[in-house]
Amino acid sequence: MTPDDIRDEILDILSTIAPDEDLSDLKDDVAFREQLELDSMDFLDIVMELRKRYRVQIPEEQYEQLASMASTVRYLEPIMKDKQRAG
Amino acid sequence: MPRDFLKNVRREYDVIVIGSGLGGLTAANVLGRTGYRVLLLEQHYKLGGLATWFRRPGGHVFDISLHGFPFGMIKSCRRYWTREIADSIVQLKNIRFDNPVFSLTTEFNRDDFTRLLIERFAITQETVHRFFDTVRAMNFYDDQSMTNGQLFERFFPGREDVVRLLMEPITYANGSTLEDPAITYGIVFSNFMSKGVFTFQGGTDHLIHLMERELRNNGVDIAIRSEVDEIQVRGGRVCGVRVGDRTIGARAVVSNANLLATVNRLVGPEHFDRTFFNDASAVRLNNSSTQVYMALKPDDKIDESTGDLLFSSTAPAFRTDLLLDRNITSRTFSFYYPRIRPKSPPRCLIVSSTNARYEDWADLAPGEYEGSKQDLIETTLDALDRYVPNCRERIAYIEASPPRTFQRFTQHLGGSSFGTKFEGLMVSRELPKHVRGLYHAGSVGIIMSGWLGAINYGVIVANDVDAQLTAAAIG
Repeated sequence: MTPDDIRDEILDILSTIAPDEDLSDLKDDVAFREQLELDSMDFLDIVMELRKRYRVQIPEEQYEQLASMASTVRYLEPIMKDKQRAG
Repeated sequence: MPRDFLKNVRREYDVIVIGSGLGGLTAANVLGRTGYRVLLLEQHYKLGGLATWFRRPGGHVFDISLHGFPFGMIKSCRRYWTREIADSIVQLKNIRFDNPVFSLTTEFNRDDFTRLLIERFAITQETVHRFFDTVRAMNFYDDQSMTNGQLFERFFPGREDVVRLLMEPITYANGSTLEDPAITYGIVFSNFMSKGVFTFQGGTDHLIHLMERELRNNGVDIAIRSEVDEIQVRGGRVCGVRVGDRTIGARAVVSNANLLATVNRLVGPEHFDRTFFNDASAVRLNNSSTQVYMALKPDDKIDESTGDLLFSSTAPAFRTDLLLDRNITSRTFSFYYPRIRPKSPPRCLIVSSTNARYEDWADLAPGEYEGSKQDLIETTLDALDRYVPNCRERIAYIEASPPRTFQRFTQHLGGSSFGTKFEGLMVSRELPKHVRGLYHAGSVGIIMSGWLGAINYGVIVANDVDAQLTAAAIG
């Protein structure tokens, strides 16, 4: 997957986790929490969804890498570069 | 021959969940939905743990702990259960406090508490905002040395009345005391006292029925009346459970039993290193409860202005020892109006809840025990009369549950109704590092207690189990 594919996938996961939020103006360099009403359970859901879709394992001490879109894509890029898009 | 409750149970599963409190139910549902073969075992004949109800002659249905939970339940139920469950959650809008120091009604959200603190308690807006922001920013990893008492002293020095307003509901919800770490209060306060308090329309039985249906939809096998005697461990990893003479294999076990019972009784000391076992043994149980259940005669109605939840007290001050004393001065009355159960005959019911010490009731002789129960009933009626005039003549059915009833029903050590104290959370989280495949999701550490805490902790532990089983599958 390319960084753009990963970004799309994260957006897709976010749209299921926060169905009431408008994601079209999401700024990649700003923390999710500053733009969306996300709590720690929401981040756990992102982790579970990535595992379900791609068998990607994110250890608890790395959860902070998911703070913003930019940091998430940067963290996932080497892990997901050989993965195929699901579905 | 007795009925075999394990008749349709397979020889082995990916995951066995022991106990069907909200944490166990939710862990089972999330794992079942993910595609694992899951077995849920419950010692009682009903699912739900303390999320429960009972029926009495005359068409009365009593809920034990339904009123009330935080706003976050809507999101958690929608995501980890079903839309139908989430859509049945309704707000309780009339929350009252009545004690010798103040008497007031609140919508139970940040705006209204802010207004009350400024108008009724003459606290400056700046202090109120600073307090709310400080507790909101509290994090599990923060310094744990500050107690709730110290937190309040910092913001509202000498103001017992403010402490009472901000603390009494949390004590009702999860057994917190002024001596517990402030971070546990901060996290719960921000969830519970910021966006109102809620209940489940249809009653606890309807909720648990919907959850059971969803579990079956997700392929989870369920066996009631199946008390686990042992979690079996071989070579440092979980291999299954034993129920009587029946052994069922599993790659992971999630215990929703009390943490101390899980370590001591279900697994056994021999499977842990001494340091960890000592840490686990040092975890303090939380207190138990007493409740009194009252049903009005079928044609009698309580005026809804009486409130949905009423934190009442005759104690001059708010102190932990007074809260737990057998000479009860504080009671939380939950009023159940007909609208809570729209499909049942219209009834008004009242449940009085008070935190209590198990040891105060444990060793009473039978006669003394019955006498104490009767005394509990009489003093409760005395206290209720102020809010429901002539309640003695109006009540058709009344029954008391001391801590021993909680113990018998849940099999929790010491009849604990809020699991363990804060230090239990660390032990609960560390279990899989000591015995591979062993997990615990139950009331620990206040944060993970109450309805929302229990559900969310079930999800957190289900995620850990999924991570372990996925790692094993990838190799």
